[in-house]
Amino acid sequence: MEQTQLVAPPPVAVDVPSISLRAVTKSYGPVHAVRDLDLEIRQGEVVAFLGPNGAGKTSTIDMILGLSRPTAGEVRVLGMEPTEAIRRGLVAAVMQTGGLLKDLTVAETVAYTASLFPTTAPVADVLARAGIAEIGDRKVGKCSGGEQQRLRFAMALLPDPALLLLDEPTTGMDVEGRRAFWNAIRADAQRGRTVLFATHYLEEADAYADRIVLVSKGRVVADGSAAEVKRLASGRTVRATIPYPDEQALKAIPFVDAVEIRGDSVLLHSHDTDAVARHLLTHTDARDLEITSRGLEDAFLALTGNAPVGPSGELA
Amino acid sequence: MSTIDLSTRRIPPLGGFNGTILGLETRRLLRNRRTVIFTLIMPVALFLIIGLQSQFVHQQAGRGNVSAYVMISMAIYGAVLATTSGGAMVSLERSLGWSRQLRLTPLAPSAYIAVKMVVALTLGLLSILIVYAIGVASGKPSMPLWIWLSTAAIGWVGSLVFAAFGLFMGYLLPGENVMQILGPVTAALAALGGVWMGPMTPGSTFQRIAELTPMYGLNQLVHAPLTGDAVHVAWVINLLVWLAIFVIGAAWRFRKDTARV
Repeated sequence: MEQTQLVAPPPVAVDVPSISLRAVTKSYGPVHAVRDLDLEIRQGEVVAFLGPNGAGKTSTIDMILGLSRPTAGEVRVLGMEPTEAIRRGLVAAVMQTGGLLKDLTVAETVAYTASLFPTTAPVADVLARAGIAEIGDRKVGKCSGGEQQRLRFAMALLPDPALLLLDEPTTGMDVEGRRAFWNAIRADAQRGRTVLFATHYLEEADAYADRIVLVSKGRVVADGSAAEVKRLASGRTVRATIPYPDEQALKAIPFVDAVEIRGDSVLLHSHDTDAVARHLLTHTDARDLEITSRGLEDAFLALTGNAPVGPSGELA
Repeated sequence: MSTIDLSTRRIPPLGGFNGTILGLETRRLLRNRRTVIFTLIMPVALFLIIGLQSQFVHQQAGRGNVSAYVMISMAIYGAVLATTSGGAMVSLERSLGWSRQLRLTPLAPSAYIAVKMVVALTLGLLSILIVYAIGVASGKPSMPLWIWLSTAAIGWVGSLVFAAFGLFMGYLLPGENVMQILGPVTAALAALGGVWMGPMTPGSTFQRIAELTPMYGLNQLVHAPLTGDAVHVAWVINLLVWLAIFVIGAAWRFRKDTARV
């Protein structure tokens, strides 16, 4: 594993946010893809960008990559114009599809991309890290979807970018591939790389992001850790065992929104389950406490008004 | 947690133009069987079929023989096809999203165009050299050495017009197989420009139509050393006007393509 490239001398701009969007609006004629969006992402954060189709995710990513300009507002990447950050190899992106020449081999594609940057990680190391060293001589057109995605990942890692944008990065990968992919991303982020990924997979956002930014209709509707976002929408549930529960007494506990009694088992819904749990443990005979979230899907539904689709939590 | 140092980041010289991509792009073009057949093999085959006929070998044409005249025609036809193919590669790259991918690198759009032009001209030169090499090997075309050299040079430089043409069409037309359209178009332009025939009669209807088409200027200029004809200003104007049209067209479509909207 080549790590020397990533361990930097004292950084100049630790405090500069990796991404800063201020009052950004993007309109296509009468259609407002992004409305007055504010977002600041610190260096080293792994952020999931979640939202239904048409929420403005791709428009926002295009502006961060300098592929399009905001209609109003300001986009800054590491304190620079996005195109300037691109020219310095500070930003890289992995797109869902396309962006590859079928008639080049895997190794040639990486060599081509590497030649465009003044300095890069060694090509052989990048191929090895992306797990495609052994298919270097294969034509890109003959690679599977997963192999092509690993190639895109290798290309993105070449300039050792400070910011990595991933648009639906694991579409078409099997479960094992997805896990390996995310482990590599997490390991990278620990060395200071900021990662923003758009995804349809709720469990990916839940499992791999430090922070979830939920967008709907061009605005941020929730922003926080996975647990915070879930609680924001639906609160959590405290489950406890209480002999002979008294419904009225339980409803009177501060912060309790709703009570369900099933024999000795009690389910208390609340936006502050910590306070409820503390009360139960100090003022009642309750035991076997469990606190559970109602799940990101419920939060997603409540906050965006769009139903998640599919048993695996994949959104339409 | 370490942070990635922003201060060490430089911008590549020449907008990212470099030898590695020139080599890889040339290799790509030569890997395309259709391109190789049409730009490198077909002109040679046409020369072998037409140019080696015994009446052409024995018939004089200016400072050489008709066989040499035909060889020059086929060489520029190959060069025109080659440079058009090279320029038109951008169409495929746009449809595959490769152009967009390149916009996420430091490669300047102008450097990308420069790469395409150089690669197109490389293939064009290759096409001319192969036809001439076969001509030498056959021993049939006859003309002084300086005409071999000057016609090759004129044909090559003049094919730049069609590198611009290919680029313009590559930006204008969608899809992966633009050459399926441009192949026949180029053949038609060659016919209109007089490439498929001997010297045309000045003032004839055909000549008046021909002189408005893009291959006319190049065809007249490239044969001039052999025929010994004085160079007409109209030929040079034809070449330059079409070059301007294709460059302006390509620049217009290119700006549209890379515009940040």
